[in-house]
Amino acid sequence: MGIVETKNLVFEYIRRDEEGNVEGITRAVDDVNLSVGQGDFIAILGHNGSGKSTLAKHINAIHYPTEGTVWVDGKDTCEDANLWDIRQEAGMVFQNPDNQIIGQVVEEDVGFGPENLGVPTQEIWQRVEESLKAVGMYEFRKYSPNKLSGGQKQRVSIAGVIAMHPKCIVLDEPTAMLDPNGRREVIRAVRALNDVEEITIILITHYMEEIIYANKVFVMDKGKIAMEGSPKEIFSQVEKLKSLRLDVPQVTLLAHELRESGLAIPAGILTCEELVASLSAIRRRRGWG
Amino acid sequence: MSIILDHVSHVYEAGTAMEFAALKDINLVIPDGQFIGLIGHTGSGKSTLVQHLNGLLAPTGGNIYYNGADIHDNDYNKKELRSKVGLVFQYPEHQLFEIDVFSDVCFGPKNLGLDKKEVELRSYAALKQVGLEDEYFYQSPFDLSGGQKRRVAIAGVLAMQPEVLILDEPTAGLDPKGRDEILDQIARLREETGMTVILVSHSMEDVAKYVDRIIVMNKGQVMFDNEPREVFRHYRELEEVGLAAPQVTYIMQELKKSGFDVDTDIITIEEARRAILDALK
Amino acid sequence: MLRDITLGQYYQTDSVIHRLDPRVKLVTTVCYIVSLFVVDNFVGYILAGLFLALVVKLSKVPVKFMVRGMKSILFLLLIALIFNLFLTPGEVVVSVWKLQITREGIRQAVFMAVRLVFLLMGSSVMTLTTTPNQLTDGMEKLLGPLRVVKVPVHEIAMMMSIALRFIPILLEETDKIMKAQMARGADFESGNLIKKVKSLVPLLVPLFISAFRRANDLAMAMESRCYRGGGNRTKMKPLIYQKRDRLAYGAVFCYLVLCIAFGKILL
Repeated sequence: MGIVETKNLVFEYIRRDEEGNVEGITRAVDDVNLSVGQGDFIAILGHNGSGKSTLAKHINAIHYPTEGTVWVDGKDTCEDANLWDIRQEAGMVFQNPDNQIIGQVVEEDVGFGPENLGVPTQEIWQRVEESLKAVGMYEFRKYSPNKLSGGQKQRVSIAGVIAMHPKCIVLDEPTAMLDPNGRREVIRAVRALNDVEEITIILITHYMEEIIYANKVFVMDKGKIAMEGSPKEIFSQVEKLKSLRLDVPQVTLLAHELRESGLAIPAGILTCEELVASLSAIRRRRGWG
Repeated sequence: MSIILDHVSHVYEAGTAMEFAALKDINLVIPDGQFIGLIGHTGSGKSTLVQHLNGLLAPTGGNIYYNGADIHDNDYNKKELRSKVGLVFQYPEHQLFEIDVFSDVCFGPKNLGLDKKEVELRSYAALKQVGLEDEYFYQSPFDLSGGQKRRVAIAGVLAMQPEVLILDEPTAGLDPKGRDEILDQIARLREETGMTVILVSHSMEDVAKYVDRIIVMNKGQVMFDNEPREVFRHYRELEEVGLAAPQVTYIMQELKKSGFDVDTDIITIEEARRAILDALK
Repeated sequence: MLRDITLGQYYQTDSVIHRLDPRVKLVTTVCYIVSLFVVDNFVGYILAGLFLALVVKLSKVPVKFMVRGMKSILFLLLIALIFNLFLTPGEVVVSVWKLQITREGIRQAVFMAVRLVFLLMGSSVMTLTTTPNQLTDGMEKLLGPLRVVKVPVHEIAMMMSIALRFIPILLEETDKIMKAQMARGADFESGNLIKKVKSLVPLLVPLFISAFRRANDLAMAMESRCYRGGGNRTKMKPLIYQKRDRLAYGAVFCYLVLCIAFGKILL
């Protein structure tokens, strides 16, 4: 069994009007089956309101399934006895960098998780140091979070999760409120954790550039998984992505347009180099250069 | 008829240890009807700059003229200026406060002291301009989706019928489709009304398609001010300050290097497609 | 910029006083305030003055920096001075029109002024040398015994510390919303009181909504990091008394004894 598994996961919430009468039921997650292996880098894509954040919150036992089951490291999230183990093993980073930093000094914030777990003082300091180094924020350990940029704040939040020694980190749109530099910083830190520390990553996003590094991509729509596959497989379906309110990087789009115009370019081009290489091949076949 | 910035500078906390020059000697002319992209990374001074255009911030040096009058003259009507130069802040939906969508949009024109009929006419027109259906008009703004809330907030500024519309990162936090919808809507609006639009963004790809002119800010100064093609030609300098040209510019550069006979001034996918097909003929 | 406002201003430097346990500083401050009300003769005030001078010297906070903070209470000081000067009955020294200055009045006024200045300087030494976070930690630990009578000491300390963290963020947000509403023609300055209060609605509603959203997000973030109240928690920076803290307690005790011994004898 993988580190995170869901079976026929359904989550419904009741909409109420101002008097508290039931107006209707919204099915935010609808029959989702997910299997994530240890050390994977998973990306979950979807437009706003597609249910991807709701799904993510199940992995950290913030939401509980209405139907179906979620297992984290083999433990059912519905059982109360597992709650704190699950939250320690599957850490979570949220969207708004300001609303998840508790400490008034960077190092104190990173120490917050281990403090809650009852880790001995000596070891807390050790973990804080390691975690801040892993995200490249060690030199800022004495700073007030208010003095940091958005990307730096998100890296502190990631360090705060790593310090709890999780097996898996769920990042719920960690870059949505950042500028391009901040986005790059965060994605770089996340990739390093996956490569070096072999921590399982579940990245939730609607920025297509960020999923290129994933082993597997799930695309959500209306609470269901609409597409799944490698980034290449996903990006080869430009029209389908567009219909799901998503787009593709410009290079993929250009390759797609050229293919539609009759050039023999493979589907699912992800980088500039790939496109240049395949265009050069076409040119050679046509007998110049 | 235009906005003129004449040697404008702005220093925060002057004379203290926290002294910080956010704008340094900015000289700009913004003529009527232009569609401008104002680009720069966080802290480059772009947000400080736009707050000077409607008089929310006063320059610590230099002058700003709107239609020939200095906006910081003692007898200048600031309130009227703010109705003429509409500013939509980042995450504008965070400023919604009324019980229903329609009343919220009425807030701006009501502050201008217009009569009730005029206020309602303008608000209705503004909501139509942002493409919000009638069924949402009497709902609480807080029950709408993110994209809809943002439209309502933009309508709140449009209802004052500004001559200049400034939008500070209007697409932040929206998904790709939501982003395209808002930008298309703004472009259409500008075509219909002919108003000056200034789009503040940190994404070149977003603005390249729409604007006539790009102003790049860096460390409180204007780094480039030209039409998009000309600005993107400096993609290396842009990279040095943490910005980038659209990806398609890079593709064309790479193709050129591999010996393709293509123009490197290309900024949209459609142009690139045609150029590549031509080169392979 | 609003984000640079810090509450209970902390003066960043490294000194013996900075390094003391916050509990020592809290207890000392309370003792010092008590001592100011116990003593009522010149020897007592000289003692209190010496003690304060010593602590300020050790704290390495520039005296100029502290005096600047005193300016705001100058007005209060003057009022206290005038009231005491003219309204204390006793042996008349000077008499101007209907007002009389008495010997007791002069004495009382001088003592009152000195007492106020010492009191404020004494407590500002504490806030200048202790971060708000250390203060809440110190308070949590000192008030710990109250847990027996079901006072949620840890929760109160946590709330204080979160409030301190979010004050600059909310101030910045207030500024932003205000500007955004001004861009829509809102006027926060002119008009009578009722109009002014009404004009705050477009500011306060978004501010409250934002504060609630932040609170909600923060609660979720804390839970997801296994926060479950004060029980079973360890501390990254536990408060442990060092030798210097015990010495400081000793010094404070000696000071109190001296104050009672010499400061209470009327001259």
